Amino acid sequence: MTASLDATVFANRFGLGATPTELEALGNNAREVLAKQLQGPPPLLASDLPGSQQIIIGSLALRAKPAQAEGGVVAVAMRLGQYARPIYVAEVQARFAAAIDSPCSLLERLTHFWSNHFAVSVDKLAVLGLAGAFEREAIRPHILGKFDELLLAVERHPAMLLYLDNQQSVGPHSPAIEQLRRRTGRAAPGLNENLGREILELHTLGVAGGYSQQDVTTLSAMITGWSLGGAPGRLGAAGEPGVFVFREALHEPGPKTLLGKVYREEGQRQGEQALRDLARQPATAWHLARKLAQHFMADEPPAVVVDTVARAYLDHDTDLRATYTALFARPEAWEPSLRKFKTPADYLHSAWRALQLPAQRRPAAQQLMQQLGQRTYQPGSPAGWPDRSGDWDSASALLKRVELANATGHQWGNRIDTPALADAVLGASLSAATRSAIARAQDAAQALTLLLAAPEFMRR
Amino acid sequence: MTHLSRRDILRKALAVAALGSAGALPTRLALAAAGSGTARLVVVILRGALDGLALLPPVGDPDYAALRGDQALSLTAGERAAIPLQGPFALHPSLSFLAERWQSQQLLALHAVASPYRERSHFDGQDVLESGYARPHAVQTGWLNRALPRMAGASRREAAVALGPNVPLILRGSSAVAAWSPSRSPMLDDDTLQRLADLYSNDNLLAGRLADALATEAMVSSTVAAGANAGAQLQQTVQAAAAFLTREDGPRVAVFDTSGWDTHANEGGAQGALAQRLGALDQGLRSLCDNLGDVWQHTAVLVVTEFGRTAAINGTRGTDHGTGAAALLVGGAVKGGKVIADWPGLSAKALYAGRDLQPTLDLRSVFKTLLRDHLAVPRSHIESQVFPDSAAATYLPDLLRNPA
Repeated sequence: MTASLDATVFANRFGLGATPTELEALGNNAREVLAKQLQGPPPLLASDLPGSQQIIIGSLALRAKPAQAEGGVVAVAMRLGQYARPIYVAEVQARFAAAIDSPCSLLERLTHFWSNHFAVSVDKLAVLGLAGAFEREAIRPHILGKFDELLLAVERHPAMLLYLDNQQSVGPHSPAIEQLRRRTGRAAPGLNENLGREILELHTLGVAGGYSQQDVTTLSAMITGWSLGGAPGRLGAAGEPGVFVFREALHEPGPKTLLGKVYREEGQRQGEQALRDLARQPATAWHLARKLAQHFMADEPPAVVVDTVARAYLDHDTDLRATYTALFARPEAWEPSLRKFKTPADYLHSAWRALQLPAQRRPAAQQLMQQLGQRTYQPGSPAGWPDRSGDWDSASALLKRVELANATGHQWGNRIDTPALADAVLGASLSAATRSAIARAQDAAQALTLLLAAPEFMRR
Repeated sequence: MTHLSRRDILRKALAVAALGSAGALPTRLALAAAGSGTARLVVVILRGALDGLALLPPVGDPDYAALRGDQALSLTAGERAAIPLQGPFALHPSLSFLAERWQSQQLLALHAVASPYRERSHFDGQDVLESGYARPHAVQTGWLNRALPRMAGASRREAAVALGPNVPLILRGSSAVAAWSPSRSPMLDDDTLQRLADLYSNDNLLAGRLADALATEAMVSSTVAAGANAGAQLQQTVQAAAAFLTREDGPRVAVFDTSGWDTHANEGGAQGALAQRLGALDQGLRSLCDNLGDVWQHTAVLVVTEFGRTAAINGTRGTDHGTGAAALLVGGAVKGGKVIADWPGLSAKALYAGRDLQPTLDLRSVFKTLLRDHLAVPRSHIESQVFPDSAAATYLPDLLRNPA
């Protein structure tokens, strides 16, 4: 029996890829199942991985007295890397396992989407150990809630603060800096606009969202003092180590005007209120709607879809569930044509969900992701990984996938009934040409290779 | 042909891998004095259905030349000359090692053979060939594994070794078997690339990308002869097989497989795609013989495939899935120099379903005889545990030089 179109789209485009039993279980109820999954609970990751506070406390011990430490700064960096790398590798493996095992892979995809929207990149040593904890602590609990809560959780998480240097950013007229200037008579440190700019450009309004350089400076000033306890530096390491702390003494005082609206001085609440308002800006709504539609539908989503989703977001006060519901209510989202070329992560997740190998035979995810060209948590910039087919469908990228398909075919092909698996996981999108090529394969290894390299397995 | 040069890259990678793994091979030890459990069996599975009429062309059959057209071989000297064997049968000209073994009576050819399987799916055909049951997917174990506990010298820790990325069905089951893999990343062979190119032919993006990828690799490497890659891997595999089989305390049975025999298009005759593959197989067997040294005298190598191919050439100068096939037994333990075939002929009336060579010998007869006469597996065990529904497949006389 051929799986329904809806089930195929739901599992393979909205989710991370069908398991061998998923399409059959969905039957004709994919839309009901989708609605139910969006009701929650959110996809928290049960794991024994350390939390960000514990990770930071461990690294603080290694940072202690860097100047006097044997080998100097370089040696400290090496020690920090040796400390954080195993945590990173374990986080990547746990994320991969969740992607493979989840019965609600739509929620895993949404997690990955928001994690990429609010990207931190582990090429910065300070976040190597924290990227996974960031996703578990700041993203997962909020993907079915309201965007402003997600935004606040993200911008106050130690990983984001460290990644975009906000613990170093200080108000030029803040009490601590005024005091420093009076005492030393020298130029004192001031604003770092890194986080402020990315909040506007990437996290909320979008690059064409109508903000000015003055808005960047203002927002950066509003969030001065947003830091973490125990952060290194001479400007005070007070506060509980490893968690968000508001340092009043470093906060730029006074009322501030952002996007034409005046915010009176009320300490931490000033930046908080600014973020809540940014979340409700129409530009933010359209920015997020466009990214969501591009991710779940097509590289160039129809304007009517983006408008509908953005309006739902605004009408429901940044409620993400209502936003997703508006997106998935669009008939265009369910069109069977496969318009998204899978990212390497998509490709690996869908292949391993289809194979359902025993957990102990699961590959080292970090290595595989590196091999295919998408190192987990390492997009290289706060903009995250690109999300258009053309970003991923290069000749060498395709060859790497084909080679992986071939290696996987040789390793597992003779344990797998590939003709049945092809129908089970590709459902309505399995083409006659692929079915025939698999049926005519000269051996089981080649059959599985052809399934995993088939055009409809390269796209979603 | 851009992907020829791709092989060059892979060949170099393989050479490095071979250097790296050489130390891991078991050390070769002197053979113990002849006695219980000296017999060695090597099973080579040719996946994809080897064209038996190309391996053992029945050049003396009156219908053969017409069916094969300009791809037919003959006994007259020239470009299309095959090596004469016995009766109407000849040997493909690219098999020089096997021709030498024929001369020294160590090659026994079997024609018009088949497993009990009569459909044309590779997977199901291989399942029947390896499980030893008449129907596909009847059991999850292989006939050779089921035979292992009762073969001579079965007390050794691992009586058999599988050479390849995984253990094939024929060796799967409750008896422990050793496994050795020639390289971590198996190479993308030309046949798979060709099928992929066909599959992408309606997809402009993927077709272009695949061509670009192979062309890029071509720019950074020089061209090597077709088949070098597959040949190199086979060499590595047979060297490992020999290293295992020559150990006094090592396994007595080795299994490996090769693929690329599914010649639907441009199969070729005396030269061409299949000829090259046969040549690589012949080189592999020669290397096995050389590396086994004295142990070759106690060895029988069984070369089998899941089924045969159509008697006639198809519309793309190849052959499609058929029924009756050919098989080979070669080795110092084999009583060779003969072709075993109850030849049904190739006339339109004689063909199975009007298209395939009619099988006249159940391959299980060959397997059962090898188990009994070569590995000294008791007949009762064979009949009850190894091939339980095979009463009609009777034992064959005179396959082995010194039957157990």
